[in-house]
Amino acid sequence: MASDELFTSGHRGCAGCGMAAAVRMVLQEAGPNTIVANATGCLEVMTTAYPETAWKIPWIHAAFENAAAVASGIDVALKKLGKREGINILAFGGDGGTYDIGFQALSGMLERGHNITYVVFDNEAYMNTGIQRCSSTPFAASTTTSPAGKFSIGKKEKKKPIASIVAAHDIAYTATATIANYRDLKKKVRKALDAEGPSFIQIFSPCPTGWRYPSELTVELSRMAVETGIFVLWELEGSDMNKIKVTYWPKERKPVEEYLKMQRRFAHLFKPEKKTDILNKIQEEVDEKWKHLEELNEMAR
Amino acid sequence: MGVKQVVKGNFATAVAAKLARVDVVPAYPITPSTLFPEQISTYIANGEMDAELLLTESEHSAMSAAIGASASGARVATATASQGLKLMSEMLFIASGMRLPIVTAVGNRALSAPINIWCDHQDTIAERDSGWLQFYAENNQNALDLMLMAFKISEDRRVLLPSMVGLDAFVLTHTMEGVDVPLQEEVDEFLPPYKPVYTLDVKNPMTFGSFGTPAHYMEFKYQQWEAMENAQKVIDEVFSEFYEKFGRKYEKVSEYRTDDADIIILTMGSMSGTARAAVDSMREKGIKVGAAKLTVFRPFPFREIKDLSRKAKVLAVADRNISFGFGGAVFAEIAGALINEKEKPMLIDFIIGLGGRDITQEDFYKIAEISKDAIDKGKVEKMVHWINLREVQ
Amino acid sequence: MDKVNIGAVITTPGSALNYKTGSWRTLKPVLDEAKCKFCNICWQLCPDSAIEQADAKAKKPIKIDYDYCKGCGICVQECPFNALEMVEEEK
Repeated sequence: MASDELFTSGHRGCAGCGMAAAVRMVLQEAGPNTIVANATGCLEVMTTAYPETAWKIPWIHAAFENAAAVASGIDVALKKLGKREGINILAFGGDGGTYDIGFQALSGMLERGHNITYVVFDNEAYMNTGIQRCSSTPFAASTTTSPAGKFSIGKKEKKKPIASIVAAHDIAYTATATIANYRDLKKKVRKALDAEGPSFIQIFSPCPTGWRYPSELTVELSRMAVETGIFVLWELEGSDMNKIKVTYWPKERKPVEEYLKMQRRFAHLFKPEKKTDILNKIQEEVDEKWKHLEELNEMAR
Repeated sequence: MGVKQVVKGNFATAVAAKLARVDVVPAYPITPSTLFPEQISTYIANGEMDAELLLTESEHSAMSAAIGASASGARVATATASQGLKLMSEMLFIASGMRLPIVTAVGNRALSAPINIWCDHQDTIAERDSGWLQFYAENNQNALDLMLMAFKISEDRRVLLPSMVGLDAFVLTHTMEGVDVPLQEEVDEFLPPYKPVYTLDVKNPMTFGSFGTPAHYMEFKYQQWEAMENAQKVIDEVFSEFYEKFGRKYEKVSEYRTDDADIIILTMGSMSGTARAAVDSMREKGIKVGAAKLTVFRPFPFREIKDLSRKAKVLAVADRNISFGFGGAVFAEIAGALINEKEKPMLIDFIIGLGGRDITQEDFYKIAEISKDAIDKGKVEKMVHWINLREVQ
Repeated sequence: MDKVNIGAVITTPGSALNYKTGSWRTLKPVLDEAKCKFCNICWQLCPDSAIEQADAKAKKPIKIDYDYCKGCGICVQECPFNALEMVEEEK
């Protein structure tokens, strides 16, 4: 057993939980002088069933929508008590607690300029309550509240671009990451912690239970999301989206289909007959996004 | 002795926070409590107070930040009112469940709809089950003193629960009154620094706000219940220590001309002075009426209310709140407190002063008249009366 | 009544180690030690911290902690050297 882990074995996350792997990576980089404020969600439920905790750092959970506000309170309290020096303060939220219900508290924290790193573990739906639609859910994904059916192709709307919206607050550092690209992830965690002021990392966190795929494919799905260009690995200091730095350029982008067909939440796009129009639409949007990124990259040269 | 100053109620609560050497003040403005964060920010701007003021984007975040700060070992105070307290409501239950001794001044204000900025007690009364201690000020001196005492009571290891101190919207929050402001040295002697049992500390890492399964949840709730029970005694101790130190006497229930009274009118907050004046006028006319004021609503002062109940034929409760489908909340609590008493007075409920409707001596004459009628008839014909109500079509 | 900490505060960090998740498994990863190249990719990707790091200098391969391994199969899927395989859990 790896006893030096700050996030220990014995947590009750599902087998193959992408978020759990990501949390380990974040804490390995942050180290023991770290305090975490955690939003309600899978992560809180699976790690703290009294009297058992998977955390070896000071950790607090208060409610769903307020990890950023709780972390803000810790920040100013430690400052006042003269205990702030050398301490990392992290706020952890799922996509529900970040994109939707916790968005206001997050925006407030960013605007006030707290030296806090907010990490969203994005598994693209309300998994803890049973796979409901969130503003993080991608177009055409079937969830328990946006089910695919005779008159439905799944979620009608696009995924909310949370990291760009956060970056628009003109904060110190914003980045996106996946566990498949874990060196890149850890580097970004380090940059976020070292940044003066608020920082934000969106970690793409495949969920075998919610996306309905075999648990061994969690890392492969992270990789495929990046290789198809659906999930872009980037970072930015400040708010000028024209200056974003793509930290990984897929050599040859794979068709989005290859990523989508691995998951049963998109099964309706392939069965009973292939929904070519929907698949084309998804592919076109990804192509459009990358065309823009390539243009920006050209300009930067 | 302290310094006499003529101040608004909000100022009294802010000066109390300063004297208590509060570390962190998370706040969001709302009428009629806004002067509290304004005054704190002025203190900090002038170097008169060493505290962190955290101006959040909502009351919900203010209470959330209060929880984070308190769990970090800071002494924390904030102020709010009405809709702001409602937005905080979720976090109020969490603050008490996490046993964090946060102190909040509440400018007691009516709830929407219709929107109304004036006084009643609906906002705090609706939080009676939140696990917070509740104190109600009659005047600005009370507001200051109760704030100071609230820290000491809340932080007592036998209690470790948050407190709210209610002061009536505008009637107290914005009204200038002479207040004796204690000296810093006196307050320092009375209120030592906060020493938390548990804190967020990298040297001794703990998990706060864990997941309580059916195997343990009830025990945590029982501990909160016990802490509220303990607070009964701690409040008496602190009230008496405060009296010795500052010479101002506080009681959970204070009585006025009740010894030979047939009717006792029970009040809360700023209307209590008006009630006593009305009692004096009625006494001159030979009406045997007394008054009693409830300063502590949570924990509910069962013993004191039972003692009071033995003194009168009618206990007339003036409720500045309404629980629709029943009546006033104070009345309901008193009825509950007396249920097992062999001898008890008749209980009549009077809904009064909602949304800032003026409360006058005449209102108390009316209350006494209705109470007298019940004594004459030997029964309560109507349990809940609305006082000074316009003709409803 | 069991003594519980007020406010449900947990004062023993990492006490989840008392909760053995190994029993969740239906399939288990098994290492062919000869094939382990000490890269520690599996260690890094395990969501359950259930793999002990390999030590290249000491030629010590990774070690799976079956007390906690939930049998997700990520290590098997991600091993670049096919040093791990999933087998039926013996009951």
